[in-house]
Amino acid sequence: MSTTVQEREPHAVSGGETALPIVKYNDVKKSFGDLEVLHGINLEMRPGEKIAIIGPSGSGKTTLGRMLMTLEEPTSGTIEVDGELLWHMERGGKLVRASEAHLHRMRTKIGMVFQHFNLFPHMKVIRNVTEAPRKVLGLSKEEAHERAVEMLRKVGLEDKLDVYPSKLSGGQKQRVAIARALVMRPKVMVFDEVTSALDPELVGEVLEVIKEIALEGEMAMMLITHEMDFAREVADRVIFGADGLIVEEGPPSELFENPESERLQSFLRRMN
Amino acid sequence: MNPSLWMEWAPLLWKGLVTTVQVALLSGVVALFLAVLTGICRLSKYKLIRGIAYVYVMLFRGVSLLVLLFWVYFSLPALGIEFSAISAAVLAFGLNYGAFGSEIVRSSILAVPKGQWEAALALNLTPAQRMFRIILPQAVVRMLPPINNLMIELLKATSLVSFITLADLTFQSQILRGQFFGNTIELFTIVLILYFILSSCITLVARLLERKLSAGRM
Ligand SMILES: Nc1ncnc2c1ncn2[C@@H]1O[C@H](COP(=O)(O)OP(=O)(O)O)[C@@H](O)[C@H]1O
Ligand SMILES: [Mg+2]
Repeated sequence: MSTTVQEREPHAVSGGETALPIVKYNDVKKSFGDLEVLHGINLEMRPGEKIAIIGPSGSGKTTLGRMLMTLEEPTSGTIEVDGELLWHMERGGKLVRASEAHLHRMRTKIGMVFQHFNLFPHMKVIRNVTEAPRKVLGLSKEEAHERAVEMLRKVGLEDKLDVYPSKLSGGQKQRVAIARALVMRPKVMVFDEVTSALDPELVGEVLEVIKEIALEGEMAMMLITHEMDFAREVADRVIFGADGLIVEEGPPSELFENPESERLQSFLRRMN
Repeated sequence: MNPSLWMEWAPLLWKGLVTTVQVALLSGVVALFLAVLTGICRLSKYKLIRGIAYVYVMLFRGVSLLVLLFWVYFSLPALGIEFSAISAAVLAFGLNYGAFGSEIVRSSILAVPKGQWEAALALNLTPAQRMFRIILPQAVVRMLPPINNLMIELLKATSLVSFITLADLTFQSQILRGQFFGNTIELFTIVLILYFILSSCITLVARLLERKLSAGRM
C-alpha cells in the first residue's frame, strides 16, 4: 500500500482537494464486551486538515481518537494512516493484526494530547519533553534539548525547564503536554478534550497555543472538544457524532449556522 | 550493668551481629531482585512468563520459612546439591521474602495511573522503556514503605538461621545465656536493642530513599 502513495503526484501540504488522506477510517466498529460504541465510522482527514469532533458525552469521540493513537484496537474495519494500514498487515493476501514493530513504525506519525495531561511526575519539564526524542528518535542530548526548548518556547514555558510538573498550573501542564507531543513531529495529532480538566480561567491560554499551532498548518489535527467557539474558529471541518455514528459533518459555518439534523440542533441549543 | 560483663559479651555479640547483618543484607538483595523480576513478570503479556512467576509466588509464599531453610540445607545435599549454611540461608530467605515482595512490586506497578502507560505509548516508547523509564520509577516510590516493612520482617526472621548452625546474634545470645544464666535480663535486653537498632537502620535507608526519589514531585 505504501508504494501506491509515492507513485501519485505530490499533493498540496494543507488539504488541497487532490491530497491523499493522512487518516482514513474504513467502516470502523468498536465494542467493549457486548457493548458496541462505534457502529461503522467512515472518516477521512487530509494532510494538514483540522477537524473538530463534537457530540454528547459517551458518543464515542475519545474511543475514535484512541484507536488512531493505537490505544484501542478496532473490533472491525480498518484505519489507514499516511496510506498504510495502521492496525493490520497483509500476509499472504489476508489482513492480519499488525506486529508491534509495525505499530511502532506507524506511531511515529501520530501524537496525542490527553484530557488529564499525563505528564511524567518524576521528570522535570525539560525531561518530559526530551525523553522521547532521545530514546525513540535517538537524538543526542544536545539536539533533543534544543528541540525541546524550541517547543517549550512555542507554548510559552521556556522559563519552566527545571521545574517538576507538580509545581505547574493545569494550563501550564497541558502546554507542556502539547510541547511533549509536538516535539516528535507527528503528521497527525489527536487532542482529546484538552481543556475539559482545566479551571475555566486557564482554558484560554491552552486554546491560544493550539490555535497558533493550527496556523502553522502542516500537521493534521483531530480536535475533540466541547468548546464550540474554538471549533468554529480553528476547524476546517466539523464532525458531529452521536451514539457511535457520524450524524453530520461540514464546514463550521454551515454546521453551526444551519444544522440539519434534529440531534445537532438540540445539541447546539444545549451547548449555548 | 557491670562493665566487665559487657567486655566479656562484646566479642561474641559483635560476631553474631556481623553474621546477622550479612545474612540479612544478602537475603535482602536476593529477595529484592526476585521481587522486582517476578513482580514485573506477573504483568508480562506472555502467559507462560506470567504463569511461572505466579507459581513461584504461590509456592514460596505458602511454605514455612523454617522448613524451607531445613529443606535447602539438609534435604538438597541428598540430591547432590550442597550449600554452605550462609548460602542456604540466603537462598531460603531470598526465595520466601522475594515471593512476598513480588506482590508488593506488582501492586505498586498496577497503582501507577493508566494514563502514564498511555502517554508513554503515545510517545512511542518501547514496552521496556515504558516499564523501566516511566512506570517503575513511579512505582518504586509507592513500594518503599511496604518494602521497608518486609525487610524488617526479614531481619527479624534471620534469627532462624541459628537452627542450621549459623552463629548469628540470636545464636550467640543463647551461648551466653548458658554461661551467664544469672544475667539473662541484661543479656536479652541488649540483644533486643541490637535488633531494634538494625531495623531502625533499614527504616532510615528507606526514608532517605523515599525522600530522594520523591523530591519535587508532590
Ligand atoms: N475501556 C472501556 N471499557 C468499557 N467501556 C468503555 C471503555 N471506554 C469507553 N467505554 C464506553 O464507550 C462509550 C464511548 O465512550 P467515549 O469514547 O469515552 O465517549 P466520549 O469521549 O464521546 O464521551 C461510553 O459508553 C463508554 O462508557
Ligand atoms: Mg471523551
